[in-house]
Amino acid sequence: MLATIIAIPVFGILIILQSTIINRMALLQGTPNVLLLTVVAWALHKRVRTPWHWCIIGGLVYTIASSLPFGVALIGFIMITGVTLFLRRHTWQVPLLIMLILSFIGTILFQGICLLGVKISGNPIPVMDAIGLIILPSVILNIIFAIPIYAIISDLANWVYPEEIEV
Amino acid sequence: MNTSTSRSIQTIVLVLIALGLIGLALGGYLSSLSRLFINPVTSAQGWITSRYQAVQSILHASEDTTVLRQRNVELEAEVSRLQVQIIELQQQIADTKILSALVDFARANPEYEYQAATVVATDPSPFLQYVIINSGSDNGLRRGMPVVTQQGLVGRISGVTAGAARVQLIIDPASSVNIRLEPSGAQAMIAGQITGDITLEMIPQEADVKAGDLVLTSGLGGGYPANILIGQVSGVRKRDQDLFQRASVQPVVDFSQLSIVLVITNFEPIDYEPLIPPE
Repeated sequence: MLATIIAIPVFGILIILQSTIINRMALLQGTPNVLLLTVVAWALHKRVRTPWHWCIIGGLVYTIASSLPFGVALIGFIMITGVTLFLRRHTWQVPLLIMLILSFIGTILFQGICLLGVKISGNPIPVMDAIGLIILPSVILNIIFAIPIYAIISDLANWVYPEEIEV
Repeated sequence: MNTSTSRSIQTIVLVLIALGLIGLALGGYLSSLSRLFINPVTSAQGWITSRYQAVQSILHASEDTTVLRQRNVELEAEVSRLQVQIIELQQQIADTKILSALVDFARANPEYEYQAATVVATDPSPFLQYVIINSGSDNGLRRGMPVVTQQGLVGRISGVTAGAARVQLIIDPASSVNIRLEPSGAQAMIAGQITGDITLEMIPQEADVKAGDLVLTSGLGGGYPANILIGQVSGVRKRDQDLFQRASVQPVVDFSQLSIVLVITNFEPIDYEPLIPPE
């Protein structure tokens, strides 16, 4: 329960940072997405049992704050959480490497879904421009941000889910 | 001779010697001799004084250092406080300048009523060019109201809550504004780009458009009031095989530095969609 409740202030703070400071750290038109990285880092932690709760809360917070068509961000977060949990089950103990790989895959997947949603809603964004100016620069920025976010979220997960010691 | 007589003679001799020396000294005959004695003496005095002061400073060093450190901490705190004060004052000056310019704009355009608002956030998605302002329906804001600064057109309100509103900037790829070019008077349309630029589209081939022409809202379509400055034409592309000319526009508003904006509250956007015949 604590793990779910704590997600609300965490994503609340993150969306404030995202929309005020982090959005200004742009590379071309791409920006890092700390909410996405947080969802991935949380789902990747081996003791975390609430990855879907964080995914839904993060997706809803992003949906509320953004002008993207309703539900697009949530669908993106759900798909990335699914991919993260799949990789967590099928890979061995190299979470930091998986985090970097997921930052790469997750950003392309999320921004691709957002682009699709925006295009369907009638926004005339040229796809090739979107890839070159937004998606690829966002991938680079998210890979840079992945390591510090992974470290912070791992500490938080260790605090919420302390390691059980057999006596 | 008795003892007293010899002492008197000695005294007289000494007095005479002394007077003689004084006389010679006053006459300047002993200066080289006195220099010979005085120079080593002053050198020795200087050496002893400097050593004495060094020893004294070592003895009092701990006491002085503590006082100086304490004073240093106090001064550093004072410097920090003053630096914060300077930053606050600079911010206030910057805000005052912006507000003063906005007041000038409002005075120059008295036909409109304005509501000032501060830009507090941007849209988290890089695909969209929206900003959030800190005024909402409680301040009389409604969807579709135009947003300007003292420089020119910013965009229009696309969503409102009680305490905040979302503004779609004219640089958003989904935004389009009907415009008029000055001095040619040609009608056209501007569209936002993913790069954050603005392009001018649908310019008739016969229109005489040059770099430097002013771009103003035309008021057509009912989405924006007429005669609000948007920018200047920076380049024109005219090809004979195209139906329309295209041009790039340098906006007058710096969208990366938006801080305070004015919402025109007495402009009612016209929704003409019901008048469009179904296809």
